[in-house]
Amino acid sequence: MRLILELALTHIAGRGRQTIVAILGVALGVGFSIAMAALMQGTEKDFIAQLVDTMPHVQISDERRTPRRQPAEDLFSAVQFEGLRPKEDRRGILNPAAAFASLRSWVPGRMAQSLRTQGVVRYAGRDVGVSIIGIEPEIEATVSSVAGDFVEGSFDALQAGGNNIVVGDTLAQRLGASMGTTIQLVSPTGQSRGFKIVGQFHTGSNARDEGETYVLLKNAQILSERPNAINEIRLRLDDPEAAPRVARQAEAELGYKAVPWQEANESLLEALVVRNVVMYTVVGAILLVAGFGIFNIISTITHEKARDIAILKSLGFTQRNMRRLFLIEGLTLGFAGSVAGWLIGFLLCFALSQLEFKLSGAAVGREITRLPLFWTPWHYVIASAFALGSAGVAGYLPARQAARLNPVDIIRGAT
Amino acid sequence: MSALIEAEHLTRILPAIVPVTLVRDVSLTVGEKEFVAVTGPSGSGKSSLLYLLGLLDRPTSGTLKIAGQDTSQLDDDELARLRLESLGFVFQFHFLLPEFSVLKNVELPMRKAGYLSASEMSDRATSLLEDLGLAGHLDKRPDQLSGGQRQRVAVARALANDPHVVLADEPTGSLDSKSSEQVFTILQDLVRKRGKTVIAVTHDMDIAARVDRRIHLVDGKVVSDERVAQAVV
Repeated sequence: MRLILELALTHIAGRGRQTIVAILGVALGVGFSIAMAALMQGTEKDFIAQLVDTMPHVQISDERRTPRRQPAEDLFSAVQFEGLRPKEDRRGILNPAAAFASLRSWVPGRMAQSLRTQGVVRYAGRDVGVSIIGIEPEIEATVSSVAGDFVEGSFDALQAGGNNIVVGDTLAQRLGASMGTTIQLVSPTGQSRGFKIVGQFHTGSNARDEGETYVLLKNAQILSERPNAINEIRLRLDDPEAAPRVARQAEAELGYKAVPWQEANESLLEALVVRNVVMYTVVGAILLVAGFGIFNIISTITHEKARDIAILKSLGFTQRNMRRLFLIEGLTLGFAGSVAGWLIGFLLCFALSQLEFKLSGAAVGREITRLPLFWTPWHYVIASAFALGSAGVAGYLPARQAARLNPVDIIRGAT
Repeated sequence: MSALIEAEHLTRILPAIVPVTLVRDVSLTVGEKEFVAVTGPSGSGKSSLLYLLGLLDRPTSGTLKIAGQDTSQLDDDELARLRLESLGFVFQFHFLLPEFSVLKNVELPMRKAGYLSASEMSDRATSLLEDLGLAGHLDKRPDQLSGGQRQRVAVARALANDPHVVLADEPTGSLDSKSSEQVFTILQDLVRKRGKTVIAVTHDMDIAARVDRRIHLVDGKVVSDERVAQAVV
């Protein structure tokens, strides 16, 4: 075995330049795959992290997945309704205190209840339609990402006496309002009250910066004339991946629609899957090309070493020995390429992580972004495994050819 | 004299659209310490016969026993083992591995056989090479040697595993007359001093005249098989 290894290494070492080219081919393949995988997975993780960060992990609303069954449907097996209009329903989660308490007993994470309603902000003759979200500031701060996006003020300021409101900075700009300005809030039921702006946030999402306002839960309930009502429970879980399970359980328990973030962003996540498929295809193609490089050099060696093969076989080396010899040569190239590829991949990742991008446009020029790279030994392992695999195949095919060679044919040819 | 090689009705036909018969119904027995020359015009099948006897090729029909063992029952791996331990080859071209030193080339069959320790292999290879007058060339590479020297290395390699039989295919075919003489003397010594059996294919009549036994082939058939009493021993 050591003898075969020595023969293999001698063959490889005897072809300096070609060996380096083949190793480099594999190394570049492995290196680029690693960098690309790190980049793709990094951006994906970054994207999901932002998604998970800005959204509640599970959102329970006062809707139901299926229309409520009519009592007559339960009583009679064949009933048909025509022109039926559901009775006027006081929307909202029924018995919110009990629902909230029962969720709190088992949900692993934090939760906040709120009342979301539509309304109009009126100021200086301008009307802007907005979502009015009634919250409890101290709880909201632990659940919502908005808490970290304040430009001025905070949720806590809502509690400082009087009617206060927190708005997005874009909305404030549109209205021409600033901190301390009192704006008029009009609810769908016709209620109208003045609120003083005590905070501005900038989330980076236009829809939110322009369309969301936060007031105290109590104020929202008064505005919409629904005392004690809530229509939204938002959960922030310790483990975002547990969201679908928690949502299912909450839905079974309460009967209200509970949407995990994965469901809310299904189409985005599907796009990520497609992206991954594209990535693995490209990475696979790169490594395949590298594999052809190995195939090339091994079959060149077997052609050039036909005489050596004949000699070794005439001395008493078996077919298996010969096969192993050239297989080892292929794997050695693959392995050397892998190791060099790790280095290239690592350096590439490092270089990419140093790049800085200034995003121009909507962002106010203060957002400097670095490429998000995800580092995991698995990328290295997978890329090498693929490289070694293709090196093995690339070595095996010519190796089998070489092993079958009949020494007599070569000796005859030479004499 | 016990028989080392017993061939009965050996025939080798190359399958082709028009099949070519290389060796036709050859039966012969070779014993210990024989120096045999196989002669014949080119294309008479003498090399083909040697490859059959050397287990490099399988006969189309007929049986071949090496040291009493029927080789037709053996698979390729077993044939390779038998070749490694019982037979040594010397070809017209030296067929040394160009990347390895002279010493390593001679050690190669021993390492493959795997019976000896590293130092024993190196000692044995050194003494074989010294016996053949290559003492100063152990660490050189084959391309740094002359043709005659290379052929002597090839002989040393053939002797590495102390085989019973050394098969030589035109061993002097690519050498000048002086080197040819050296190589011939060495082969002769293998028989006289080391007690090997040597079977050499040659068209060099000068050599053929000085062996113990001459087998003449024409068209793959043995046309004469004569033992010669040599004047000089």
